Amino acid sequence: MTTILKNRLFWPALILAVMLGVNAFTSNQFIAIQDGHLFGTLIDILRGSAPLILVALGMTLVIATGGIDLSVGSVMAISGAVACLLISDLDNQNSLGGVLIAIGAAILVSLAAGLWNGTLVAVVGIQPIIATLILMVAGRGLAQLFTEGQIINVQSGPYSTLASGFFLALPVALLIAAAAVALTVLLTRRTALGLLLESVGGSPTASRLAGISARRITVMVYVVAGAFAGLAGLIASADIKSADSISAGNLIELDAILAVVIGGTALIGGRFSIAGTVLGAIIIQTLKVTVVAVDIPAEANLLFKSVVVVALCLSQSPDFRAKVFGRFTSRPAAEKVGIPA
Amino acid sequence: MGEQSPVLEMTGIRKVFPGVVALDGVDFRLFPGEVHALMGENGAGKSTLIKTLTGVYEIDGGEIRLGGEPVRISGPLAAQQAGVSTVYQEVNLCTNLSVAENIFIGREPRRFGKIQWGKMRQRAAELLARLDLDLDVSAPLSSYSLAIQQMVAIARAIDIDARVLILDEPTSSLDTAEVAQLFRVMRRLKESGVAILFVSHFLDQIYEVSDRLTILRNGQLISEHRVDELTQVQLVEKMIGKELAALEDLEDKAQSNRERSAEAKPVLEAKGLGRTGAIAPYDLTIHEGEVVGLAGLLGSGRTELARLLFGADRADTGEVLVDGKRINLRDPQVAMKHRIAFSSENRRAEGIIGDLSVRENIILALQASRGWTRPIPRKKQDEIVDKYIKALQIRPADPERPVRNLSGGNQQKVLLARWLITEPRLLIIDEPTRGIDVGAKAEIQRLVAELSDGGMAVLFVSAELEEVLRLSHKIAVLRDRRLVEELENTADVDADRIMQTIASGATS
Repeated sequence: MTTILKNRLFWPALILAVMLGVNAFTSNQFIAIQDGHLFGTLIDILRGSAPLILVALGMTLVIATGGIDLSVGSVMAISGAVACLLISDLDNQNSLGGVLIAIGAAILVSLAAGLWNGTLVAVVGIQPIIATLILMVAGRGLAQLFTEGQIINVQSGPYSTLASGFFLALPVALLIAAAAVALTVLLTRRTALGLLLESVGGSPTASRLAGISARRITVMVYVVAGAFAGLAGLIASADIKSADSISAGNLIELDAILAVVIGGTALIGGRFSIAGTVLGAIIIQTLKVTVVAVDIPAEANLLFKSVVVVALCLSQSPDFRAKVFGRFTSRPAAEKVGIPA
Repeated sequence: MGEQSPVLEMTGIRKVFPGVVALDGVDFRLFPGEVHALMGENGAGKSTLIKTLTGVYEIDGGEIRLGGEPVRISGPLAAQQAGVSTVYQEVNLCTNLSVAENIFIGREPRRFGKIQWGKMRQRAAELLARLDLDLDVSAPLSSYSLAIQQMVAIARAIDIDARVLILDEPTSSLDTAEVAQLFRVMRRLKESGVAILFVSHFLDQIYEVSDRLTILRNGQLISEHRVDELTQVQLVEKMIGKELAALEDLEDKAQSNRERSAEAKPVLEAKGLGRTGAIAPYDLTIHEGEVVGLAGLLGSGRTELARLLFGADRADTGEVLVDGKRINLRDPQVAMKHRIAFSSENRRAEGIIGDLSVRENIILALQASRGWTRPIPRKKQDEIVDKYIKALQIRPADPERPVRNLSGGNQQKVLLARWLITEPRLLIIDEPTRGIDVGAKAEIQRLVAELSDGGMAVLFVSAELEEVLRLSHKIAVLRDRRLVEELENTADVDADRIMQTIASGATS
């Protein structure tokens, strides 16, 4: 029992369970089977959290190297704009081949965006927060340039499937996110990439002297973050059947950073937890739904969200837990505060 | 001194970490106006004892009295307020702030809430003048050497009206002249009644500056002595709890084995290798099974020379030949491809990755050279790591513990293990024995001798001449960022001979 209690993810998981419980109580249909697939509030939450999971996954890797990617929301907008633009030009918007080409093109553009970020950070040497701020601002402008400032509507069955389709009784969006999670876990924990990432995040200088190509790894994580953001942009735009360059992925970078932090990955880089990030992303999405479900006035939404987030972050702090639960602790406090290294 | 009452009295101090009793009923006392050395090997409990005194750890048992009053030191700030100031081994200052800011950080002179910059600079300069230092107090701390930074840390500590000043390994990065300067300052402070707790691994320094010493071993108090009552040999025996056989064994071995086969092939040749502002162009050849020692004062270019051979810094003139073939040493990866290994003098910033485990730190270089797509199977990792934890006696022998929790000597062994598993042909080690205890030092020296006997070429960089003399076949002497002489380490070469070269700057 104590090992469960001590687990870093115990408290976030508990808060999630409580919120889901509230939703189970207030919603008419929490989980059910209808038309041969799963259905209900729980499924809505999971489906809705897919874009955030994707963005937060990439963000986790970037943060593990000690960086940050503010441009993910803009990359989502670009990706959605590219896809919708290509699809709207199709003679038959329901042609699977045409949609696949559009999706492929959008992902390619997202990869290029990631490569741009990675190059600025690792090769040019600009601080990550500034380097990605450039694309955060410029990217949305680029997306608007593509769409000529219009919202591009599409009526494409195959494209909508990305967001609202079901496969094996589960939402396609959720399956895409799950596949991305599985891929990331495989990539980082089955190869040595995770170790090298954590090493670069822990100490870039020491890593270089240990023969790690920190530069290449850094570029790579930004490229992966770009690709995942692009994928998230496709799901988001497929959901509303249009490309809205202004609101697509707006402020999602903040939610993604929050998800990473809730999941226990430190912003200074080093150790990262993919499971934690996924949990964090689902918590944030659940919070959005819960706020509506328990009739919190719209103007108090953000306040409520911040209270929960503060509680979550505190629950992640060993010092705070020790104080609250009065457990004996021998953590050297000065290692974390005070003495600058 | 006998009639005075101690300013600090610790009795029956007990400190337990999960699974380890770090301090077990330790007594320690400190009188005003004395320099008291705390002795013990790595892991003996010196650091823990100091940390209970500075409020980093809370004690689990026992009592601390300051000036006769029982105190509870709940944190670093409480310790400072109680008059206990500390200067740590690694400089704990903000190098991006100015010298004056570093001295007064947190206690800036203020008027109406506004910092009085002029007064702060003036007082900083006065304070440094007491230490015989003339610095530009507005310049960022990073523009000064590590040794000067250390002095600034001491200036900061003594300004906090310290009754007790703790100097934890203050001399490990200082050269001889700077050590002498530090000792002058220590004696002056002592005369003014400050009690100084001094930790150093240099026995000569202990004997030079201390009045009394307390010996710890395995978290227990062994004994307390006046320094003049105890010989160095007795001291070391008490510290390691066994005869000096191990050390002397090495001495014999080292002396007898310092001959090498004449037909040894050169592993690496540097020709006219140099980097502007770091090291003047130099020639150096290192053969198979040869230990080349680099001797010179702090700042003479020892580290700079070594870094060029690993591609840690890029040379702007000259060339490097491995097996007679020119290589383009543009980064460490190229060096590693040619099986050159380099362990930096800056263990904490350029060596270990603190968050990662002992196992991960050990396999890091090998994994990096294999590339991320070819992970070392976990079973193989465990085998390698277990083998080296045993062979190098890394303590605690727990591969999954974060390496930051290990003592300095053990971190150094982890770094050596990291490079040894890559099976290098040339091992460059910069200050591997700095700031570590006698026992671990002997082990590392013995290891270097063994590796060289096994055919590995070693470039051994150390500030300690005795060590360089003991291990090297050939000694390259540096002065003012220039390689001034290369000596075969024959019987007639001794520390005096090398000191002369350093002093005169003779060129061969």
